Amino acid sequence: MDSVTDIRKPENIVYRKPALLTDNIMHYCPGCSHGTVHKIIAEVIEEMGIQDRTIGISPVGCSVFAYNYIDIDWQEAAHGRAPALATAAKRLNPDKYVFTYQGDGDLASIGTAEIIHACSRGENIVVVFINNGIYGMTGGQMAPTTLLGMKTSTTPYGRDAKLNGFPLKITEMLAALDGTAFITRQAVHTAAAVRKTKNAIRKGFEYSMKDIGLSFIEVVSTCNSGWKLSPVEANKWMTEHMFEKYPLGDIKDVLK
Amino acid sequence: MTEKILLKGNEAIALSAIRNGVDGYFGYPITPQSEVMETLMKEKPWETTGMVVLQAESELSSINMVYGGACCGKKVMTSSSSPGISLMAEGISYIAGAELPCVIVDVMRGGPGLGTIQPSQSDYFQAVKGGGHGDYHCIVLAPASPQDMYDFVDWGFDLAFKYRNPVMILADGIIGQLMEKVEMHPVKPRRTDEEILRDAPWATVGKPASRARNVITSLSLDANTQEEFNRKLLVKYGKIKENEVKYIGYRTEDAEYLFVAFGCSARICEAATDMLREEGIKAGLLRPVTLYPFPEKEISRLAGQVKSMMSIELSLGQMVEDVRLAADGRCPVGFYGRQGGNIFTPEEIVSEFKKFNNIA
Repeated sequence: MDSVTDIRKPENIVYRKPALLTDNIMHYCPGCSHGTVHKIIAEVIEEMGIQDRTIGISPVGCSVFAYNYIDIDWQEAAHGRAPALATAAKRLNPDKYVFTYQGDGDLASIGTAEIIHACSRGENIVVVFINNGIYGMTGGQMAPTTLLGMKTSTTPYGRDAKLNGFPLKITEMLAALDGTAFITRQAVHTAAAVRKTKNAIRKGFEYSMKDIGLSFIEVVSTCNSGWKLSPVEANKWMTEHMFEKYPLGDIKDVLK
Repeated sequence: MTEKILLKGNEAIALSAIRNGVDGYFGYPITPQSEVMETLMKEKPWETTGMVVLQAESELSSINMVYGGACCGKKVMTSSSSPGISLMAEGISYIAGAELPCVIVDVMRGGPGLGTIQPSQSDYFQAVKGGGHGDYHCIVLAPASPQDMYDFVDWGFDLAFKYRNPVMILADGIIGQLMEKVEMHPVKPRRTDEEILRDAPWATVGKPASRARNVITSLSLDANTQEEFNRKLLVKYGKIKENEVKYIGYRTEDAEYLFVAFGCSARICEAATDMLREEGIKAGLLRPVTLYPFPEKEISRLAGQVKSMMSIELSLGQMVEDVRLAADGRCPVGFYGRQGGNIFTPEEIVSEFKKFNNIA
């Protein structure tokens, strides 16, 4: 029988942490989707060999510290304004890959004007949109994408359309704009889903050099702390409830 | 011979940006400064120097485009007028907090609220004292002619990069709209990517293997780290105060009375000074060219020389507070102002001067 030391050889390695993921301990809660999405972004940048040509824009929200985890140049935006920063970064550096990483509060509430107009202008950037239906960083308040009936700290009796309005399907809205090239909604709750999301992010990065407009990858995500569920229960709840309102799949691809 | 052409102040800003190697302009239309972006769009600098010009969906967005461009080490700027600058306050605070260079032009109009579209100087406090949240200052330059508008763009970028600090050109509706001959200095090319990396090694333009990643942020979370940063800013502002104060004295050598005024008010006070001199009254004028840093030492010195000072402003009295602080009780400091877009005449100032100084 081989010992662990005997089998730990380069030819036997089937998985390793991406080189572009730093050794900083992530502040994300166990079970949160952010870590997985960070990892696949790091993998895509590494596999494309574009670390020296990539500019990331981090948001305000749980992923405000994205710049601590992926080893690329980062700009930390004000709440909701990442697409404005990305617009300038890309137009001033058309040979660089520019992406924003934004949550639902950042992108679909306070930053609606910035994302809509970046899409409408057809900026050649990539937007990764994490939709977990809640404000995680500030302690679980209602987000624009919170489902009807969903309990949060500012909808303690459940979201009521009369009182709080309806959940915003911003991804479908953005697909209607002429400046968008690729719009998709994915998730990272299974190995297969992670692979699909990674492919979508890679396609977005590739499209951003084709001068065909903005690529937008929504990732329906879990916030088990905010949802007050275990990681396993959160995945189940997301599958049963979030996917009904936010169905997975490509919504628009101008090259297909 | 350098070329001289007839230009509005706003047009001078636009042509100066193109001719001084600015990389990007991001703006939103608002009276009385819309000619800045209109001129840029007409000139199409993207076909000549490669300068990016973009009309944003709001001032919020345009200042954040400036933020993103400045993060890349580029020479980027915006222009607006009072209500638009209020919207930019968030972004200006972030730019100050991230220690980034940029130039912001404010062609002031009457306020508060939607106010008027006529000239005003009632955003002195907003420009000089901060405007956004947190302990910070913009370097504030006060042009008094289209030539100043032309020259201050390049000067502003020099200061912005020297101190990694936002610079505001605080003009008003008159200076923006006034047409005068402007001397066009020789063209400066845009910096190459190599020159940008040399001037701004902190720029976020892609991380090569040879250096650690660059991160531009204004977030600390830890109280001690934030306090340390605030104190670092204080040291920087101290250096700015030490090195960059600029003012123009007019007939101050033997002055017994002093006007303090900036921008268009300074030009009107110059005429009032001459009128008083013709009557044998020894008046003088101090025009602060930098409002932050404020020429407090020179005002303090003159406070020991003159019988009184008057701050003359198109506001209810804002700069007068800094004049009083600088004079520190050593001479009486009066104020006269007009508001709402109304402008004083030299005769009106002479008359108010006599009232304040009890001269018949």
